[in-house]
Amino acid sequence: MEKQGLELEITELRLGLPGGGDNKINEKKRVFSDISADEANATNDDRKIHTKSQVVGWPPVCSYRKKNSFNEKDRLETSKMYVKVSMDGAPFLRKIDLGMHKGYSDLAMALEKLFGCFGISEALKDADSSEFSPIYEDKDGDWMLAGDVPWEMFIESCKRLRIMKRSEAKGFGLQPRGALKGISKNDK
Amino acid sequence: MNYFPDEVIEHVFDFITSHKDRNAVSLVCKSWYKIERMSRQIVFIGNCYAISPEGVIARFPELKSLTLKGKPHFADFNLVPHDWGGILYPWIEAFAKSRVGLEELRLKRMVVSDESLELLSKSFVNFKALVLVSCEGFSTDGLAAVAANCRFLRELDLQENEVEDHRGHWISRFPESCTSLVSLNLACLKGEINLSALERLVARSPNLKSLRLSRAVPLDALQKILMRAPQLVDLGTGSFVHDPASDAYNKLKATILKCKSIKSLSGFLEVAPRCLSAIHPICHNLTSLNLSYAPGIHGNDLIKLIQHCRKLERLWILDCIGDKGLGIVASTCKELQELRVFPSDPYGVGNAAVTEEGLVAISAGCPKLHSLLYFCQQMTNAALITVAKNCSNFTRFRLCILDPTRPDPVTMQPLDEGFGAIVQSCKRLRRLSLSGLLTDRVFLYIGMYAEQLEMLSIAFAGDSDKGMLYVLNGCKKLRKLEIRDSPFGDTALLTDVGKYETMRSLWMSSCEVTLGGCKTLAKNRPMLNVEIINEDDQIDFSSDDRQKVGKMYLYRTLVGPRKDAPEFVWTLSRRWVGTDLVKQHNSNSSKFLTMAGQEKSQKSQGWSKNPVPSGWNCHNIGVLSKNYCTRIIGYEDLKGTMA
Repeated sequence: MEKQGLELEITELRLGLPGGGDNKINEKKRVFSDISADEANATNDDRKIHTKSQVVGWPPVCSYRKKNSFNEKDRLETSKMYVKVSMDGAPFLRKIDLGMHKGYSDLAMALEKLFGCFGISEALKDADSSEFSPIYEDKDGDWMLAGDVPWEMFIESCKRLRIMKRSEAKGFGLQPRGALKGISKNDK
Repeated sequence: MNYFPDEVIEHVFDFITSHKDRNAVSLVCKSWYKIERMSRQIVFIGNCYAISPEGVIARFPELKSLTLKGKPHFADFNLVPHDWGGILYPWIEAFAKSRVGLEELRLKRMVVSDESLELLSKSFVNFKALVLVSCEGFSTDGLAAVAANCRFLRELDLQENEVEDHRGHWISRFPESCTSLVSLNLACLKGEINLSALERLVARSPNLKSLRLSRAVPLDALQKILMRAPQLVDLGTGSFVHDPASDAYNKLKATILKCKSIKSLSGFLEVAPRCLSAIHPICHNLTSLNLSYAPGIHGNDLIKLIQHCRKLERLWILDCIGDKGLGIVASTCKELQELRVFPSDPYGVGNAAVTEEGLVAISAGCPKLHSLLYFCQQMTNAALITVAKNCSNFTRFRLCILDPTRPDPVTMQPLDEGFGAIVQSCKRLRRLSLSGLLTDRVFLYIGMYAEQLEMLSIAFAGDSDKGMLYVLNGCKKLRKLEIRDSPFGDTALLTDVGKYETMRSLWMSSCEVTLGGCKTLAKNRPMLNVEIINEDDQIDFSSDDRQKVGKMYLYRTLVGPRKDAPEFVWTLSRRWVGTDLVKQHNSNSSKFLTMAGQEKSQKSQGWSKNPVPSGWNCHNIGVLSKNYCTRIIGYEDLKGTMA
């Protein structure tokens, strides 16, 4: 309802004290963005500041729920997916939790640390460039070259890992890369 | 008045079960009051500080079942400091002393110590049911005492509590002779559980109907447990992760087929979506499904599941279901009565998980919907108006827009009209939570139309005192009002102080209420406790009344200021005189002060009419330092010196 021009404010029924006008709106109301800016600057340790749009107690999700749901954005962080890893030349096998890693490069770094070697990440990017071939045994029992399929698909199907020396790769029964396209590595 | 003997009346009263009805019946005449109070077995106390345990026992000596609520609702959102109160122990102590035949105890937002659980387990021979919701302060040691000593335990229901896990194999403490369990809910426990002990417990509980497991129970253990309890009606899984190709998983699939009675499903505290197909066979029977604690299930997997759930009446889910998924819910779940959509990423920006579209679809497809909790990115007036037209049955309507002052993104208008439509259409609305950009106008509508409203939650809303006044004047049935970060001040607070005695409680934080306003409110109001939560010593009581009060919580009470208020909680005195530093001679004096104050408050006359009583009239108790009582903020007639 437009009040402009008719100046009916004087006749308007109010519940407040006389003299308390509407012009106090902006002074009184603390806008959410002010508060969140304040809190972003607060040094109180009790308030966890993640982003600048966060205010204590908002959104109104009960603290039990917050503690138990929102830490795991990725279900893979919680599920344990340990697989055995063998490396040619290493006397002992190791185990690694695939769920702890975000992708192939992350996995490669972890493997390199585990076995104290280099060249695994290169191998994932380009099978020919490194002396290693990281391969894995999938659900069907086939040995596959790691790196072809999306990460999520890989960790779901991987049963064990082997870091093989490329020189031994031929004749092992690997599914060659590009087999679906009818091009075999031996053709190169 | 009585045309029938008392026994007949008592028999008639047996059919009156709602506590509101029994309260009404008690008011008819003295005879009915007496008959009713001697026969009431189920007692509900919405605020543990409104009455003392002794008072409850005196009035209801035959009490068997007690429900107690402690902290204010906003404690759920970390707005109430940790040691605020709500302590159970004095209740158990008093009940034990008076030999109350306690059989059931239901608690919400209370502080429950191991000592209280131990005392409980040893004091009440026929104790049958313990339900703890959003409580804290206890560990698995307390649970062990309950397991070991409550020989006829039927129900142990732990919902969303903070439990310290001492890993003491407490489950093994249930004796072999304990075969009475009907309901066991362990979902909130974090630590390891002795799985074989749990399995044996389930095996010897033929009446077990409801079982909710914790995350520490893996899928293969679940299978073994289900083999022992195919009669379950309510199941909460723990961890639901396994290789779908494994034997264990296939066994589970077969076992689930035998559980034909399961109507309610929850848990999935850890889940691999590829395993969800195991539960598809039982979905068609489900009336209740709670996936709100299941992290990381994508919308498509949720949809696949829900498509089988045609009988669903209650659904709790995360917003990753998306508007599209809600559309599927709307077309599948025609019996839906309650829907809760929680945010999966509450601080995420621009993650448009659900919007007004999902809600409109639900309202169109689910005519029986009456209870809603909906966290969303945005809402429009048009959508709310449509929802109001489609669904006039709402009794609970709680909308939370993640950015709480966001206007209608289409029109850039406040959401006053949308919520106005909701309150006008839903004549049975009892609970309402608002969000989004809102002016005083929405409160005008609420005051005008929300005649049945009992609980209202307000945040970042309104322009002036008028808003709050519309609500206080209009909503005759209002019981709980909680307000944060809104520009309501002393005028609104003080216009109708008598109103608060008709309500359970009022919470106001980060509003415009001043210390002076609170003092004025507390004056001559013996039936109200006006508490100020003074964290970090923000309020200096010796000076300016114009200071804004950070957090105020007031509630009606029969027993005056509470004796267990911590240092940072200040109960304002009824007879405000002034504040002063008072020198004390020893720190025991606080108890003396309290007791003197309390004694006087037992008198029936009411404070304001009495002449100044002799002795102390001091109301606030905090931690006293050796030489100073700095926390006394209202006193009268200091007579005599302290011992």
